[in-house]
Amino acid sequence: MKYLKLSTIVFSLALILASCSNSSDNPESADDNFDRGAMLANWADNIIIPAYTSFNAKAADLKTKTSEFSTNPTVEKLQELRNTWESAYVSFQHVSMFEIGKAEELRFRNRVNIYPTDTAQIEGFISTGEYNLDLPSTIDAQGFPALDYMINGLATNDYEIISFYTSHTNAEGYKNYVNTLASTISSLSAEVLTSWTAGYRDVFVSNTASSASGAVDKFTNAYIFYYEKSLRAGKIGIPAGVYSNGVLPEKVEAFYKEDISKKLLLESITATHNFFNGKKFDGNTNGPSFKTYLDYLNTIKNGENLSALIDGQFTVAHNKANELNPNFVEQIATDNTKMLQTFDELQRNVVLMKVDMVQALNISINYVDADGD
Amino acid sequence: MFPTFSKYLNKSTSAAPLAVFRVFFGLMMLVSIIRFMLNGWVYKLYIEPKFFFSYYGFEWVQPLGDYTYLIFIICGIASLFVALGYKYRLAIIVFFLSFTYIELMDKTTYLNHYYFISCVGFLMVFLPANAFFSLDAYKNPSKAFLRIPRWTVDSIKFLLGLVYIHAGLAKLNSDWLFKAMPLKIWLPSKYDLPILGDLLQQEWIHYAFSWSGATYDLIIPFLLLYKPTRWFAFALVVIFHVLTRVLFPIGMFPFIMIVSALIFFDAGVHHRILGFISRIFRINYSKVISMANEKSFRFKRNFTLPIVAIFFAVQLLLPWRYLLYPNELFWTEEGFRFSWRVMLMEKAGYAQFTIKNTETEEQFVVDNDDFLTSFQEKQMSFQPDFILEYAHYLGNHFKKQGHENVSVFVESYVALNGRLSQPFIDPKVDLLKKNESFCRKDWILPFNDEIKGL
Repeated sequence: MKYLKLSTIVFSLALILASCSNSSDNPESADDNFDRGAMLANWADNIIIPAYTSFNAKAADLKTKTSEFSTNPTVEKLQELRNTWESAYVSFQHVSMFEIGKAEELRFRNRVNIYPTDTAQIEGFISTGEYNLDLPSTIDAQGFPALDYMINGLATNDYEIISFYTSHTNAEGYKNYVNTLASTISSLSAEVLTSWTAGYRDVFVSNTASSASGAVDKFTNAYIFYYEKSLRAGKIGIPAGVYSNGVLPEKVEAFYKEDISKKLLLESITATHNFFNGKKFDGNTNGPSFKTYLDYLNTIKNGENLSALIDGQFTVAHNKANELNPNFVEQIATDNTKMLQTFDELQRNVVLMKVDMVQALNISINYVDADGD
Repeated sequence: MFPTFSKYLNKSTSAAPLAVFRVFFGLMMLVSIIRFMLNGWVYKLYIEPKFFFSYYGFEWVQPLGDYTYLIFIICGIASLFVALGYKYRLAIIVFFLSFTYIELMDKTTYLNHYYFISCVGFLMVFLPANAFFSLDAYKNPSKAFLRIPRWTVDSIKFLLGLVYIHAGLAKLNSDWLFKAMPLKIWLPSKYDLPILGDLLQQEWIHYAFSWSGATYDLIIPFLLLYKPTRWFAFALVVIFHVLTRVLFPIGMFPFIMIVSALIFFDAGVHHRILGFISRIFRINYSKVISMANEKSFRFKRNFTLPIVAIFFAVQLLLPWRYLLYPNELFWTEEGFRFSWRVMLMEKAGYAQFTIKNTETEEQFVVDNDDFLTSFQEKQMSFQPDFILEYAHYLGNHFKKQGHENVSVFVESYVALNGRLSQPFIDPKVDLLKKNESFCRKDWILPFNDEIKGL
């Protein structure tokens, strides 16, 4: 009985210590705790807002170039527009993963990059002149993929494409539609950026709660969702036929442009990789992010060096993707196994992030009672 | 032995503790059911999903679409009747059946404390919890008793003791004691608690919590039984469960355990509680007492004791059935549920299913989002019986869609208690060829590590 009493004394001591610790706690010195607020601030100030700012300028440029092209549809203007479209599309790979706040509310990614685009719906909209791109039913008739069709896919050569905007009986309809597409991307982007700069940044950074509604949990879920569904499955898995009987080359990103699907993939791998490391959007220094958070937790846990594994796997996947043909349609036709190998390398990080990282960070996916069994 | 035992069975005790237990248990259940419905969980967990994971042998228990709400309402009303002691026997049977039905609908939501409530509900069917301070006793004073057989009150204590002891024994393993796992994962993530947040980052705290948690579970029943330590023990119960409530998302369970622990107190305490309740509701408590028979309640039927005895025999054996399986329990989970293994492991997984045509070798990967909610997918991805059941569901689904020569394979990874994720299910096994049973699941890959202990 003495032994039992001793244990209870030890136990109650632990509890008393636990409940009295606030007297010695100084909220300023958070040395013994990872500062989630600083991580969120690094994400918002050094990555998310700069990335949106950069994308927003490109989207505005795209709107201007589209308007210039439509008032003066020449081969040169078309080429200029294509270059701007490509540069904005590449820039979009850096913001697509941030589906939180205004972007989540607008379903930004769905409005800007659903592919394959629905050409029949687009042609229908152009011929009737009646469309409302705010409707969820129109997501496969807008964004970069729809623009891709409008500037690369209407015909096989540039002169024929231009004829849609000059000599076509409904040239006005084509001009209007291409302008609406570009200005919609631009206004959506402006709306998201404004929300971040006009208040959401502070909401995000101060929401350090450790629950399913906390910014870290929500953002981590959004980030992994993007990596798993949009990057791994969307850019590689679906066209390579992982989810179907047979390959689906018509589902590659930038299908009509043909030669930039690899460029977009590499850019998005780099963007997610940099984000993992907390690398500043326009700089080379790293701030607090998943990597430092995992490293901090590992000082407690003394387990495998998870952050190094994930970091390394991003590089492996990037290198594997770099072996691909710039045009995924060709790659799928000539040697689809390379696509599948890239998928496998990307997949390894899905496991490391969705299982190991989420476990280490103890991210909740849902608000529901659970006792861990 | 037998004479002493039959003498024990003939002993009587005050009916007040069981009456208090009944009142609080009924109210707690009512609150739990209302909370569950207000949180929108009925829809989210039982109506929204397309597919439900069934317990082996209970595949016939399915949600009833929108009528599922009705089961919850029935369960809530039954809880209230139990608390009031109105038509008690019928109410507690309806409660037990409706509550258990809810739990059997989808094992995704399995929680030890739901199982605990089913156990208590079952036991209470056989106890004279309405003998005192109940509407039944008020309406029919011939059924009102001041005393009831002592074993009926002790049976609740025994069940509580079993829960604590088994929970404590289950913690005697190397992960819990020597790695402070999984608390080392869980506690640091509560960084935002006022006061505790920073402290929970300390390694020594993780060990202190692990060791004191195991100690608490193992000794608390004895401290509650032993009169001199009873109040101290009850204080510990309150602190312990309030702390778990603060740290973990375990809903109503801590309050249920705190209230249940009151049963260990003497009749005097319970009379004071009932007197207090009486004053609130303007009930003449001394009249309640004077109305009741001085004699002890006696069971009219003699099947009660054998049933309760069998119930406890099962309770004593069930947690140990894992010993019949050779592999690591935490890894295979063969014999894991219904054993009071609470908060023992942090497990997460990833499972990607491939449908393959055995003739043409054509194959494609399934998007789990098409079939499961995120909560179901999370639970499925690390529990072998879920993976098997889901594989069969997928097989049937694609056969119905006209696919031929269907086989189902899974590529899966599981991370357990902070270990790096590793392959979980044999990816070469066609899961359609395997069937659920109580036999060993030889298609689970080896754990490649050892967790020592019980």
